[in-house]
Amino acid sequence: MAFIPSYWRETPQRYRYEGNKCVKCEHKCDCEGRVFFPPRRVCDPWCGCQMEPVTIATTGKLLTYTIIRIPPTQFSDEAPYALGVCEMDDGARLTAQVVDCPLDQIEIGMPVKIEFRRIQQDGEAGILMYGYKVIPA
Amino acid sequence: MRDVAVIGIGIQKWGELWDRSLRDLWVEAALNAIGDAGVDRIDSMYVGCMAPGLFVGQEHLGSLLADYLGVCPIPATRVESACCSGGLALRSGFIEVASGMSDIVLVSGVEKMTDVDGGGATYALATAADGDYEVYQGATFPGLYAMVARDYMHRYGLTREELAQVAVKNHANGSLNPHAQYPMKLTLEGVINSTLIADPLRLMDCSPITDGAAAAIICPLEMAKDLSKQPPVKVAGVGAATDRIALHDRDDFCEFAATVHSSQAAYKMAGVGPADINFCEVHDCFTIAELCVIEALGFFERGTAGKATAAGETALGGKMPINTSGGLKSKGHPVGATGIGQLHEAVTQLRGAAGKRQVKDARRGMMQNMGGSGGSTVCHILEVV
Repeated sequence: MAFIPSYWRETPQRYRYEGNKCVKCEHKCDCEGRVFFPPRRVCDPWCGCQMEPVTIATTGKLLTYTIIRIPPTQFSDEAPYALGVCEMDDGARLTAQVVDCPLDQIEIGMPVKIEFRRIQQDGEAGILMYGYKVIPA
Repeated sequence: MRDVAVIGIGIQKWGELWDRSLRDLWVEAALNAIGDAGVDRIDSMYVGCMAPGLFVGQEHLGSLLADYLGVCPIPATRVESACCSGGLALRSGFIEVASGMSDIVLVSGVEKMTDVDGGGATYALATAADGDYEVYQGATFPGLYAMVARDYMHRYGLTREELAQVAVKNHANGSLNPHAQYPMKLTLEGVINSTLIADPLRLMDCSPITDGAAAAIICPLEMAKDLSKQPPVKVAGVGAATDRIALHDRDDFCEFAATVHSSQAAYKMAGVGPADINFCEVHDCFTIAELCVIEALGFFERGTAGKATAAGETALGGKMPINTSGGLKSKGHPVGATGIGQLHEAVTQLRGAAGKRQVKDARRGMMQNMGGSGGSTVCHILEVV
């Protein structure tokens, strides 16, 4: 079930990989230089950090993964597919499908890069929904 | 703050209960708890339920259930924290009794999950993960825990057989529990050859879809003897904590920091440590969760829970019996009811009424109830008075 306003609202993250970065932390939370994806207003209510928009690094490594055999309804044509947690080179973390790689060759620590792909289709007459997946780098 | 005791418990046999509605299941459990305690009134009630809007198209459970129990106009509060809604209901009721606001409070949980098909249930459960950044990408709950399992295996050398032993042990316990949804015993081969759901997790690593409810009556400890003939069980420790909702935002996928923090709060309040606990009900929504959680609770060193489980240390009669009820795996997992189901088992053990699954000399028990992939957790410690 997709909601069109929310899909539209998330396009900066899904199409352009926009996060943000703390460029100056005035408090002890030590978040200076940290990249957030999706962007956050604060890292905590008292941090006083100055956030600037950034495009997150598009290369990184795979931290862990699984092969989804029993998918949610909207991914029923895709299964089996690989899903992983990635840490990008600037520290941003994301969950994404791992594609263009035989399922038995995926391993923890492998280098990956982000690609813009179709993610799902909302129902039989619904909108095509896009975003990021990762492929072997 | 007043000391709080549990004086009544109620449940039914959980399962795929096609002919039973949410209100019918809940009222049965509530009546069982009221009858068990023998009280002639309740002053307030809490209901833990995760997603009745998605599972049965009904919100506003406080009004509905107070109405069908026939206790209007008492205040009724629904609490939600995904799969630890039940544990949070107990904590909420505890606060109301401990504060002096109310004396006799019904704490409960319910979930009616089989009115929707498998896709509908998967969708409803997935709302406990990060919708925009995990579920959108194709994540499922088995998938998230599978990524924890993969990381755990990679770091600590956990074997497929050790992981399967969690399910074998929990079904052995569940075979002794008359309320269990799936009271059959499993073999190691049966688990490791079951259908792959999300590598490395298989069907027999996963807790089932369940309809069920559970309820309990709590009151000030000093009033327990006057209100009820049941031996009072003291709620000695209470702890709740949160963690980042998305698995990918956690520093350590296997740590379960909300379980660490909530258990430490409960230990501190009760003035005890892990070595003082005689048995524990934990949130084994997937086999890997039980291993990570019993490490986070301090019962085992990091990376050793698989070997301890394979060696029988968590079985009935082992040094730390875990999930004597059968756990979520065998007893069933009606998500909002699970935390109160754990309470039912812990009180039964502390009353010495657990029959063939009784833990010998059980004086102090613990419950750990977890929401989502670990984004929220509630722990309680109970003691014989």
